Amino acid sequence: MSEFNGEIKKMMIILSKATLENVYAAFVLANGARMEGIEAEMFFTFFGLEAIHKNKLEHLHVATVGNPAMHMPTMLGGLPGMEALATSMMKKEMEKIDMPDVHEFLEILTASGVKLWACKLAMEMFHYKKEDLYEGVNGVITVGDFYKQGSGLGAHMLFI
Amino acid sequence: MEKMIAGKTITVNEEGYLTNFAQWDKEVGEALATEANIALSPRHWEVITYLQNEHKNDVALSIRRIGKSGLVDIKEFYVLFPNAPLKTATKIAGIPKPASCI
Repeated sequence: MSEFNGEIKKMMIILSKATLENVYAAFVLANGARMEGIEAEMFFTFFGLEAIHKNKLEHLHVATVGNPAMHMPTMLGGLPGMEALATSMMKKEMEKIDMPDVHEFLEILTASGVKLWACKLAMEMFHYKKEDLYEGVNGVITVGDFYKQGSGLGAHMLFI
Repeated sequence: MEKMIAGKTITVNEEGYLTNFAQWDKEVGEALATEANIALSPRHWEVITYLQNEHKNDVALSIRRIGKSGLVDIKEFYVLFPNAPLKTATKIAGIPKPASCI
């Protein structure tokens, strides 16, 4: 009989936001898990669904308002075009450090064996259909299904 | 620290990566693969040789770069080296563990 030593076996990552910095954080964590030999599954709920929505995933933005780390007055961040400007600046920096865009990142994740799940309730709320989603999405499931996926020793849940 | 690999005394770091590539040869690679429970096929060797060449050319290795290698796609890379592929493959290849997060 072997005793569980506390190692991380599986990361269950819930993404509830569509701002680029949150989407990337979730993707890097999922990919990083696979690179370490840790299983990873992602649950996209509420605005997080935009990261796997075919028509939206290429157009995600950085948040310029309500984001103190932007070091920009909130009123300035709210000006038209500000989000687009900040986003294009961030994308340029990310390309420099070999960071893939959202679509390519999704391809890396699915090729690496990360399971992608869409939240059924949020899908209904936004009137999205399975066909609207990136083709690598494994399915549309309930919270209960996701918890079942995450059962077992060494599984950890992360909410972003 | 020093470790006996394939009957030779090899210098490795605390994670078992070779610190001197000059000490690597195919037998050492085979022995390291056996430790990782991998039976090396000709396909594995192609990937290992590719990784060694990239390292020689000072290319920072990442999963994304593997996918763009034209040699192996990410899916096959995970099939060849199922558990932590980049870490395992570089260890067998006798080159340092990549510091990349992607």
